[in-house]
Amino acid sequence: MTTATSAAIHVEQLKKTYSIHERESGLAAAFRSLLFRKTRNIDAVAGISFDVHPGEIVGFLGPNGAGKTTTLKMLSGLLHPTSGACRVLDCPPHRREKRFLRRITLVMGQRNQLVWDIPAMDSFELNRAIYRIPLPLFKSTLKELDDLLELNAIVRKPVRNLSLGERMKCEIAAALLHRPDVLFLDEPTIGLDVTMQRRIRSFIRDYNTRTGATVLLTSHYMADVEALCRRVIVIHHGRILFDGDLSDLVQRFSSTKTIVVKLENGGADLSRFGHSVALEDGGVALRVPRSETARITEQLLATLPVTDLTVEDTPIEEVIEQVFALE
Amino acid sequence: MRGLFDLYLAQFRTTIAVQLQYRAALIIWLIETILEPLIYMIVWSTVAQAGEGSVADYAPRDFAAYYILFMLVNHITFTWIMFEFEWRVRQGYLSGLLLRPVHPIHRDIAENMTYKALTLTVMLPTALALTWLFDPAFHFTRRTISLFVVSVALAFLMRFLLEWTLALSAFWTTRTSAINQMYYVVMMFLSGEIAPLALLPGPMQQVAHLLPFRWMLGFPVEIGLNRLTAVEIQHGILIQIGWIVLATGLLRFFWKRGLRRYSAVGA
Repeated sequence: MTTATSAAIHVEQLKKTYSIHERESGLAAAFRSLLFRKTRNIDAVAGISFDVHPGEIVGFLGPNGAGKTTTLKMLSGLLHPTSGACRVLDCPPHRREKRFLRRITLVMGQRNQLVWDIPAMDSFELNRAIYRIPLPLFKSTLKELDDLLELNAIVRKPVRNLSLGERMKCEIAAALLHRPDVLFLDEPTIGLDVTMQRRIRSFIRDYNTRTGATVLLTSHYMADVEALCRRVIVIHHGRILFDGDLSDLVQRFSSTKTIVVKLENGGADLSRFGHSVALEDGGVALRVPRSETARITEQLLATLPVTDLTVEDTPIEEVIEQVFALE
Repeated sequence: MRGLFDLYLAQFRTTIAVQLQYRAALIIWLIETILEPLIYMIVWSTVAQAGEGSVADYAPRDFAAYYILFMLVNHITFTWIMFEFEWRVRQGYLSGLLLRPVHPIHRDIAENMTYKALTLTVMLPTALALTWLFDPAFHFTRRTISLFVVSVALAFLMRFLLEWTLALSAFWTTRTSAINQMYYVVMMFLSGEIAPLALLPGPMQQVAHLLPFRWMLGFPVEIGLNRLTAVEIQHGILIQIGWIVLATGLLRFFWKRGLRRYSAVGA
C-alpha cells in the first residue's frame, strides 16, 4: 500500500458484485418467486486497477452500464467494494472519514445538494456550516465561482424556479464551495445545451488549473472529454479496455483515416481508392487504411482534378464504438 | 462543539425558510395536531358526565387538563422521519447526505427542533385558548413544571432516536408504511392517547409499562398533572434514560448494517 501515497486515487483489483433477484413475468412466476428466489450475481465492476495523480483530469468512458458510476460511488465512499482496494487521498473511501469527505466531492447529474424550495444561496450557507468553511474563504470562493459560472443573477431565486442549466451551475457551485481536492463528476453536462456545456467545461478546466484539483469525470459527450482530458480510461462490462492518452486511443483503435475530396467536375466514382461516401456539399469522403493515407492522397492529387482535400482522423465517437465492438 | 452549534443554527435558518414557503400546509398540519386530542377530550368528558361525573378519578375538567397537556407533549415529541426515510433511500437522496462530513441525524434533529420552535408559537396560544374554553383542572407547582420540562426533553430524545431507528427499516423493505401503521396503532393504545392509561385494564397497563410509548407521551403528561408520586417520577425518568441508551445502541447497530445493505443494492 505504500506505493499508493503519491497517487491521489489508487485503485487495485477493485470489484463490485450486485446480487439481483430474477423472475419471469406473470402471476405463476410471481408465486413461485415467493418460495424460490433466484438471484444472479452481476459484476458491475470486475477487478479494475489504475492510479490518478494529483492535478490530473481523467475521462472515464464507457456505454451505459459499463461500471463508471459504480466506480465513482465506490471512490466517493457510497458503496463498499466487494473485493480489491481503493484509496483516495490516502483514505479508504468506504469508511467515510470526516477528513476524507471534507476533501472530495461527487456531482451526479441532477442529484441535488440544493434545497428545492429556497434560493441556492441559502443552501450555500448551509454547506458553509456543514463543511466548516471560514467566512473569508467562503466569500472568496463564492466570488471565484461567481466569476466562472455567473451565479449572481440566479442564486437568490428559489431553486425550483431555475432552469436545468441554472440549477446545474448552482449544483456544481454547492459541490465545490469547500474547495475539494478530488472531484468525481458523473455526467456534469447531461441535459444541458451546447453553450452551457461549453461553459461548464471551461469552468472545470479553470478550477483544475487554479486549485490543482484531481478530476475524474464521466461523460457521454465526447466534446467534454476532448476538451478536458488528456488521459482516458475506457471501461466496458466492468473491465478496463484502455488506459492512456486520448491520442493513443485513436492511434491504437482507429486503423483508418478519412480523406475528404472535392473535384472540379463534381462527383466521380472513387470506390477504387477505398470505402467512399458522397457528401451533401458535393464532396466525397474516403475511408482508407491509416498506413495507406499518404500514398492514396498522392494518387488522388496526381490523377484527378482536385479542388480541395483534407485528411481527418476518425471521430472519437466512432473510435470508441470500435473499441467496444472488439469486446 | 462550536461547529455543531453553527450547523444547527444554519439548519435552523434553512428550515424556517422552507417552512414559511408552505404556510397552507403548515396550518393544515397544526389543525390536525389540535383536532385529535380535542376529539378525545370531548368524548371522554361526555362519558364522564353521562356516568357519575367521572371515569376512574378523571372528571371532565381533568380530561381537559390531560388532553391539553397531551397535545403539547405529542406536538413537541412527534417526528416524521419514518415517512421520509423510505423516500430518501428509494430516490437516492440519502447519497447526497452521506457525502457530507456530518451524520445525517443532526440535520433531522435540527430540522425537527426548528419546526417545533416555529409551530409552538401557534400551539401555545391554542393551549391557552383551550384552557380558557374548557376550564381544565391544572394543579401546577414549580416542582411539577420543572420535572415536566425534563421528562418532555427526555421523551423528545427517546422518541426521536427510536423512530429514527425504526425508519432505518427502509433499508430492508420498501413497505415501511405497513410498519408505520402498526407502530401508530400500538402507540395510540399504549401511550395514553386514546385514554389515560389509568383507565385501561391492569394487564394492559403492565404492557404499557414495558413498552416505550407511555414514556414518550403519557408519562410527562401525568407528571404535569401532578398524578405521580416522587418515587414513580424518579423511576420513570430512569426508564426514559434507559430507553435513550438502548435506542442509541440500536440506532448505531442498524445504521451500520443498513448502510452496508444500501451499498449492496447500489446506493
